[in-house]
Amino acid sequence: MIIIQYLKDDRGGAFMLGLLVLTTIVIPVCNLLVPESSGLHISTYTMTLMGKYLCYALLAMAVDLVWGYLGILSLGHGAFFALGGYAMGMYLMRQIGSRGVYGDPILPDFMVFLNWQLLPWFWHGFDWFWFAMLMVVLVPGLLALVFGWLAFRSRVTGVYLSIITQALTYALLLAFFRNEMGFGGNNGLTDFKDILGFSLQADSTRAGLFIASGLALGLGYLSCLYITRSRLGKLCTAIRDQEDRARFIGYRVENVKLWIFTFSAMLAGVAGALYVPQVGIINPGEFSPLASIEIVIWVAVGGRATLYGAVAGALMVNYAKSYLTAAMPDAWLFALGALFVLVTLLLPRGVTGLLRKKEVTQ
Amino acid sequence: MHPLSHRACSLKIFFFLFLSFFLFYAGPTHAGENTTRFEEGLSLLLHKDFKLKGKGIQQIADSGEKHSEQLLQALLEGGLYRVKKDNTLVYAAIDGSKASITAVLDGRDLGIAKKRKLKKITINNTLRTKLKGVLAAIDLNNPDPEIRLAAVNKLITTPTMDSSALLEKLLQTEPDDNVRLALTTAMAIISLRSPDSEQKLAALAVLRGSLNPAVRNELNSLIAREQNQEVRKKAESVLTAIESKIAFYALVEKIFFGLSLGSVLVLAAIGLAITFGVIGVINMAHGELIMLGAYTTYVLQQMMPGSISLALFLAIPAAFIVSGLAGIIIERSVIRFLYGRPLETLLATFGISLILQQAVRSVFSPLNRSVATPAWMSGSLQINPILSLTTNRLTIFVFALLVFAGLYLILKKSSIGLQVRAVSQNRAMARAMGIRAARVDALTFGLGSGIAGIAGVALSQLTNVGPNLGQAYIIDSFMVVVFGGVGNLWGTLIGGLSLGVANKFFEPWAGAVLAKILILVFIILFIQKRPQGLFPQKGRAAG
Repeated sequence: MIIIQYLKDDRGGAFMLGLLVLTTIVIPVCNLLVPESSGLHISTYTMTLMGKYLCYALLAMAVDLVWGYLGILSLGHGAFFALGGYAMGMYLMRQIGSRGVYGDPILPDFMVFLNWQLLPWFWHGFDWFWFAMLMVVLVPGLLALVFGWLAFRSRVTGVYLSIITQALTYALLLAFFRNEMGFGGNNGLTDFKDILGFSLQADSTRAGLFIASGLALGLGYLSCLYITRSRLGKLCTAIRDQEDRARFIGYRVENVKLWIFTFSAMLAGVAGALYVPQVGIINPGEFSPLASIEIVIWVAVGGRATLYGAVAGALMVNYAKSYLTAAMPDAWLFALGALFVLVTLLLPRGVTGLLRKKEVTQ
Repeated sequence: MHPLSHRACSLKIFFFLFLSFFLFYAGPTHAGENTTRFEEGLSLLLHKDFKLKGKGIQQIADSGEKHSEQLLQALLEGGLYRVKKDNTLVYAAIDGSKASITAVLDGRDLGIAKKRKLKKITINNTLRTKLKGVLAAIDLNNPDPEIRLAAVNKLITTPTMDSSALLEKLLQTEPDDNVRLALTTAMAIISLRSPDSEQKLAALAVLRGSLNPAVRNELNSLIAREQNQEVRKKAESVLTAIESKIAFYALVEKIFFGLSLGSVLVLAAIGLAITFGVIGVINMAHGELIMLGAYTTYVLQQMMPGSISLALFLAIPAAFIVSGLAGIIIERSVIRFLYGRPLETLLATFGISLILQQAVRSVFSPLNRSVATPAWMSGSLQINPILSLTTNRLTIFVFALLVFAGLYLILKKSSIGLQVRAVSQNRAMARAMGIRAARVDALTFGLGSGIAGIAGVALSQLTNVGPNLGQAYIIDSFMVVVFGGVGNLWGTLIGGLSLGVANKFFEPWAGAVLAKILILVFIILFIQKRPQGLFPQKGRAAG
């Protein structure tokens, strides 16, 4: 009831949520219940791909929350996504048990390969699902909290902030490439077997993960919507448009920024955690500055400061990426580069901005 | 050596000398006597007795015959054989049961022989030591001072009492200072082994401050075995002095490496300092403009493969023009629509960087290209045994300073520089004074981009040229600019050099990757404390 009330004046969001509910029901049904011979059958590959897109959409929404509503252009959200992913990956690694290539009952394969004798302290506890899930939100959240506390307190804003967020993810990229870090180095974590006792290869598990991703996206959307509609959200917009004035009125600008930034990092962490079991691998590549800046372009294409726009942008750009990298591998970077230039020059409000403009003129 | 035959020979020599004085033909003079000695030596080598073999080695070495060095080297390495049937000496390269053999005397190829028909000329450890000494002694008389120096240094590592006299003799005739120093060091090392304490003390005084690695070993073993308190104390103090000297040079070397890395950072960042500092534009495509400069060098070298040096010099203006034009095109077509919206500029230029990368990948292939280094830039400057500075890094350091100075002069002394500074300080006022701000923006951007191109030329001498070249430097360059203080060339210079040195000091302690991470973390923390960088702009420009 409250939700419907909420969505009354958010037609784009209502449309998006409706579509989301529909796909989360229809796609698993078409995959599991419709026989393969039928034309309506949806392959597990497609479903997993869609699940991946949903995770990206959640990530884009997290970026939109800080960029669109708070004016913080984070070029390091990929780091939070990857950290969440690594937390999930560590849980999945512990589930392999003695089924690894080396069959060591305690150590993951890459540690055996590196001749390690003991499980590093930070791997303890990841046998428990609840603990891993806690880490999925806590680790990115804590990093964002510490980083944000340092940055916002000394009023680092604008491009400076963007650049140091990029440096943050770059530093993590370098760190995770190191074997000594204990996260599998270059190869990352992979070769997962099962999650909560369900085999990751099974269609039903894949469907479950897809539904979970849809659910996470829906809940994420509603919570972001709740925040942006609240007094806090209004304050965010005020800070985005006139930071000094908001400060002079008496608001603790840095606290607002800090909490929103941390919440956004946690959302990104959840997206990463859902992403990893579906793609089956997490490696340091997720920390690369390029990966983070791609998220920003999803949001820019979809339209800033409209949460559903970020979702739409993530889906569109990633669909185009999947299509182009397969059909014309050389063309993808040209297309992505052109997208950056054209969207910033010609479509500052994104694709959804076009639709909204129509609404206004009608 | 028989005294009798010697006298007979001197007569012969006199005769030949007399003759050759008229014939200008001195070739066979010594040859007659020496060849016999050489051949005698050869026949002694065929004996089983190691003592006789030793005598033979000495004979061969004394003969001064031009084959003797090769022969003794082969003997030392176990490549000298005798043919069982006729007892001739041959060099043989064994391959399975076959051996390809060459004659010792005239280097004639004797074809392939069965291995079992040959017998190796064996040596023992005593002979091995003797051979090493003898071989060094041959080089000790070489006319090239470099080779003499190398020979003395080789001798230092295996000093024997009997080489002392030889060294003393050489010292009297040696003209080259470096070789003389090495000779006295070698003699002092030998004296350290004498039983006489006085001699040892004198030798220690000579060795004070010597950087030769053999000296350190010798001193360590002396300290371990020496009974005399005084000598030991002295040796210890000499060793400490040497070690602190080595530590000092190691520090100098580390600073040099740091400055070299820093100068690369400065080169990469200085163009960015202009575009970012003066027009407040974040140009994410800056790294790709560096890459364009590097590829320009590559293309020029491909066009004139015969003259690598010339191509490199031509590449400097060419890269400036190529990257500068690319920069102006970027500014006119994209950035000028986005002034005042820094975050959008950042995204748009990032898009351009992707396009440029992919364009280069399509044109030149994604593989790395290597750019040749001219001969005068390879090699290194040997300051002393511990410290040597690689020439290419030294050149690039100087080059970076030159580029910095040039840029500084342009900004401070030329009229366009004045306009650039005026626009960067107060745009509206500058326009009111009649400066065409849009044109200045374009030129500034072109200048910054052109400098990036020049940086690419320098980088092509250090690393391989590939499509990802620029990406590797973009974050570092931003760090330098931000650290040094935006809009301040001096800040960029000091910031870049100090970051380079800091990086090299962290490296041995934390490893290369961790050092980089530490630097990044340090800068992130630094910006918290001083958001304006090391050298903030003062006055109204700071606004």
